[in-house]
Amino acid sequence: MSSEFRIGVKDGIPIALGYFAVSFSLGITMVAAGITAFQGAVMSLSNLTSAGEFAGVRVIAAGGGLLELVLTQLIINLRYSLMSLSLTQKLDEKVSFWQKLLIAFGNTDEIFAVAMNHQRSLTLSYMLGLQSLPIIGWTAGTFLGAVACDLMPKSVSVAMNVMLYGMFIAIVIPVAKKSKEVLMVACAAVLFSCLFRYVPALQGVSAGISIIICTVAAAALGAILFPVKEGQD
Amino acid sequence: MNVYLYILVMAVVTYLIRMLPLTLIRRRIENRFVKSFLYYVPYACLMAMTFPAVFYAAEEHFVAAVAGVVVAMLLALRGKGLMTVAVAASVTVFAVSLIQGL
Repeated sequence: MSSEFRIGVKDGIPIALGYFAVSFSLGITMVAAGITAFQGAVMSLSNLTSAGEFAGVRVIAAGGGLLELVLTQLIINLRYSLMSLSLTQKLDEKVSFWQKLLIAFGNTDEIFAVAMNHQRSLTLSYMLGLQSLPIIGWTAGTFLGAVACDLMPKSVSVAMNVMLYGMFIAIVIPVAKKSKEVLMVACAAVLFSCLFRYVPALQGVSAGISIIICTVAAAALGAILFPVKEGQD
Repeated sequence: MNVYLYILVMAVVTYLIRMLPLTLIRRRIENRFVKSFLYYVPYACLMAMTFPAVFYAAEEHFVAAVAGVVVAMLLALRGKGLMTVAVAASVTVFAVSLIQGL
């Protein structure tokens, strides 16, 4: 085992613990949407994305179409393309095309953030080490959350259903507090989303499509009104 | 439709999004609109998924959910971590729904 692999594994421990907790509540949300623990584990192992999976679960629960599902994933996970792009700038020259195919699989927000913070150029060993525990934590958390959901009293699982939303709030609020631009974009997204919920003419729009429209509209509004400054990512 | 078909489609799309830029593109994105758009997408998406859905996430306990959101927002504003905020929101919903049920 190379030392870079071991360093990667160590760097991945806090991510894995966080993932376990988040995916535990994702598992509970999945059960509420009629997805089994095993299906949830397969989804988490193959997707590795909280917001994308959460939106996917909604589309599945609503019996949405595959095109709707593809568009939802495309819009919500589009940010990964930007992260992958940044990652190319930091990869070791020796990393081959085939090795990149492996590295790409586990490029999540947190893994990307930690990798970009690594002191040296990124090798395959380091990246595989870094990704290993978070992948296990994410998958196991989803499975156990879904299993535990069936064993818990209803009042507890209903309360835990709110956990994932709490996490989303905790991700956005600190950034919105510092950046008026992000705050405006977040408020616009909430406003659009409320329109789809409460305006009778829009209530027929499916869950996935409304998430897409709200996201694209609010982010485009932000990009037009408050373009990011140079050097800001 | 088969759930595994949904999962497969999700996995393929998500993987391609991560893989294509990593293997094909070697230049940096220069377009300011695209950069800005991608920067705002996560926040817009998370908030659109959270509101107003969170108020109905605790099923009939609407007031409990509102209380949970208020607690989550206050703690997030004070810079508490993801887990603290999430657990506190859940505990609040649980406590308020219990009180309401009395």
